[in-house]
Amino acid sequence: MPVILNNDRERNLKLMENYFQPEVECASREEIKALQSERLVKQVKHVYDNVPYYRKKMEEKGVTPEDIKSIDDLHKLPFLTKDDLREAYPYGLVATPLEDCVRIQSTSGTTGRRVVAFYTQDDLDIWENCCARAIVAAGGTKSDVVHVSYGYGLFTGGPGLNGGSHKMGALTLPMSSGNTDRQIQFMCDLGSTILCCTPSYAAYLGETITEKGLKDEIKLKAGIFGAEAWTEEMRHDIENTLGIKAYDIYGLTEISGPGVAFECSAQTGMHINEDHFIAEVINPKTGEVLPDGEKGELVFTSITKKAFPLLRYRTKDICILSREKCSCGRTHVKMTKPMGRSDDMLIIKGVNVFPSQIETVLLNQGYPANYQIIVTRENNSDQLEVQVEMTAEMFSDTISKVEANEKALISALKSMLGIYAKVKLVAPKTIARSEGKAVRIIDKRNLYQN
Amino acid sequence: MNVKQISVFVENEAGNLADLTKLLSENNIDMRALSIADTKDFGILRIIVDDSYKTACVLKDAGYVCNITPVLAVEMSDEPGSLNKILMILGENKLNLEYTYAFNGRKEGRAYMILRVDENEKTIDILAKNGVKMIGQDDLKEL
Repeated sequence: MPVILNNDRERNLKLMENYFQPEVECASREEIKALQSERLVKQVKHVYDNVPYYRKKMEEKGVTPEDIKSIDDLHKLPFLTKDDLREAYPYGLVATPLEDCVRIQSTSGTTGRRVVAFYTQDDLDIWENCCARAIVAAGGTKSDVVHVSYGYGLFTGGPGLNGGSHKMGALTLPMSSGNTDRQIQFMCDLGSTILCCTPSYAAYLGETITEKGLKDEIKLKAGIFGAEAWTEEMRHDIENTLGIKAYDIYGLTEISGPGVAFECSAQTGMHINEDHFIAEVINPKTGEVLPDGEKGELVFTSITKKAFPLLRYRTKDICILSREKCSCGRTHVKMTKPMGRSDDMLIIKGVNVFPSQIETVLLNQGYPANYQIIVTRENNSDQLEVQVEMTAEMFSDTISKVEANEKALISALKSMLGIYAKVKLVAPKTIARSEGKAVRIIDKRNLYQN
Repeated sequence: MNVKQISVFVENEAGNLADLTKLLSENNIDMRALSIADTKDFGILRIIVDDSYKTACVLKDAGYVCNITPVLAVEMSDEPGSLNKILMILGENKLNLEYTYAFNGRKEGRAYMILRVDENEKTIDILAKNGVKMIGQDDLKEL
């Protein structure tokens, strides 16, 4: 039963707000808290009993499942970080027998940095329901054609939105990424109404559609864009070029994938699906929990997923939580767009990139560890350039040999990072050697708005 | 019988080459031949000098990346067809030429080509058998 609200805030439009699971999405704060407490207590016991890695962490902290009686005791639990994922790779944090798992998803990157997440069928249903909520919040109904241009495969983008679209009963176009001409042709021929992809790809599609003069041929009304940071300016650009309303979506493979949080018609933050994920914001230096409204590192506790249930997982994303009443009628806590990172991870073309990965490749290829990473966004597409100092060993009197070395480096970077990086060879000692912490990253995208 | 070419990595930025030639001039280094191969981002400056050891030291001390490559220097008469004759010999013997550049010495009517080939010794043998005159590092002073 759709709940109809009057919303005169936005563009004087009367919006009809629909919910995929209204009883949960609009539950009272007390109901949400009670549900979270009940689920947390069970989940802690499940993890304690089945994940020796986390049990050891709890024991080291002197916490037993009996100490966790409600959500108020959450702060007693130890944190998990990406380092734990690396240490426990691949099965160390899996809490169900592997025969109960039906899916693996993963992030790009090397073994050390790669996240491998496991799902039972129930876990997939939870994830897909979360994505379905996001699609419905963006105005999706059963009569929509949902065009999914996120990558399919190990990446959670494609499978997540695809599953969500199935769950809410829309006609789903599993396009995956790339082949822009075919994307646009299908969009025109099959009347796609909701586009799901990275914001930079949406912008690129918009430009291409405009260039081809096909804007009147497309029927898009909304887009759900995530997996990378984007600004309000970019939102307006995309909305104008595609003639749609653009919605943000947030997620991470560790917690499930896209749909951990999503934007509603109010577009003043993303509702976190609190019946599945408890959100906290902490001081990244001390680990102390901060009150709502304060900026800090986002921490998630998965309270319903069974196969890969992370408790107090530190996302390293910096944001602010708000429990102010939302005009859309949803009651779940809202998070701002990530305002930065508490580590040095970069998100480039939707792919997580750590400077340490680049450093590893350079050292393996015989280059000095003195380098600089320059990230720009040209025509709404991220560009990564790695500047590295030429050495006597890599130098040659012939262009072909120098270029062969350069190509070898590009291909080693590509296989490590999963994306293309331009390599620029610079003269020795031209990259500043700072006295303290080296400035290795120059991100010219200005993605984070504070 | 070869000469020692010094190649230097130079970034494609205004003033970079001037900085380098300034350094050479301050150290009284006389260039006999010069060529630049360039890409979008960088260039490789190749020079022939009398004292290659000193030049390489000066460049390295100033922080340049450089290396020394033995290349062939062929002497020929400064008239049409001379270069063609040499290239024909290389071609007929399937000797691959990486790059080449020319310079004039002070000897009237003579011209010189620097040849960078894959196989120096084999090329020297074949050129010598065909009566081509090559000069060595020590001959550069006389030119």
